Amino acid sequence: MGVYRNILLSQNAQRYFLGTVGTFIKYGCLAHCTFQFVGDFVLCSGPSMEPTIHSDDILLTEHITPWMGQIRHGDIIIAKCPSNPKQQICKRVIGLPGETVKVGFASYKSVPRGHVWLQGDNNSNSLDSRSYGPIPQGLIKSRAICKVWPIKSVSMLVS
Amino acid sequence: MKIPNFFKSVFFGVPVGITIVDIIGYIARVDGISMQPALNPDRTQTDYVFLNRWATKGYEIKRGDIVSLISPKDPSQKIIKRIIGLEGDVIATLKYKSDIVRVPEGHCWIEGDHTGHSMDSNNFGPVSLGLITAKASCIVWPPNRWQFINSFLPESRAPLNLSSRSIIGIAY
Repeated sequence: MGVYRNILLSQNAQRYFLGTVGTFIKYGCLAHCTFQFVGDFVLCSGPSMEPTIHSDDILLTEHITPWMGQIRHGDIIIAKCPSNPKQQICKRVIGLPGETVKVGFASYKSVPRGHVWLQGDNNSNSLDSRSYGPIPQGLIKSRAICKVWPIKSVSMLVS
Repeated sequence: MKIPNFFKSVFFGVPVGITIVDIIGYIARVDGISMQPALNPDRTQTDYVFLNRWATKGYEIKRGDIVSLISPKDPSQKIIKRIIGLEGDVIATLKYKSDIVRVPEGHCWIEGDHTGHSMDSNNFGPVSLGLITAKASCIVWPPNRWQFINSFLPESRAPLNLSSRSIIGIAY
């Protein structure tokens, strides 16, 4: 009887263990999909977007607008850095495909098809399209909606 | 009680499926003639390849790999090409605006195998590694084409800094 009960117990433990792993996988996948396709939080660092966004601010971003190709003028976006795909950049969209942007005192550049022109709000301290040119739209990951941290500067980010 | 259970399965089943496709890989049809003869060698049938997402996670790609990437000209389009050069390589281009190009940091040079019938780096220049979505690791359909795709760099298209045939190669 004792042996039988032990087997039963171990079967129960096994079932319980598998159930727990299953739950982890289910919720893990749900979280992955949410962060990958719906929206996520991004910690910004660096001075390039001052005064709009300061270093160590946390942004809430959404992935749906870039996915549908609905990026507009003035949107703040998170994109992969063109020179290092593991790094992300946070900049403002200045020019859309087919438009002309002013790059210097009297020099203009047109944005090619499928690209966008990005610039940081901090003109004097920002590595952006002025140095590496327009970036392909395929690199854009998400659009910033609002600042959520620090508490006292919680605000929507307007175009 | 049956119907809520069904919805619960869908509610969790869909994200699990999407996550698997997103992390491990998926099967895609190859359109067009740009990768002949490696893919779609025959006009009458199209190849289906397994695109391995896991392999490009850390952007550790090699010259000669076949990869799929988001077209730099149209973000809604995916293209499949062969990696010819990585960052720092010197490429002898074909009909590009300059004859020799050094691939910038974080970029790569991609070309279709079917020279002259392919929209590739000879057209739009080096592309950022961030656009690469997956590596084509095997042909899964039709059955008579079942095979793994090996890394292969055509000798004639190898970057100049790797091949001994050029003066620049010797100078290195």
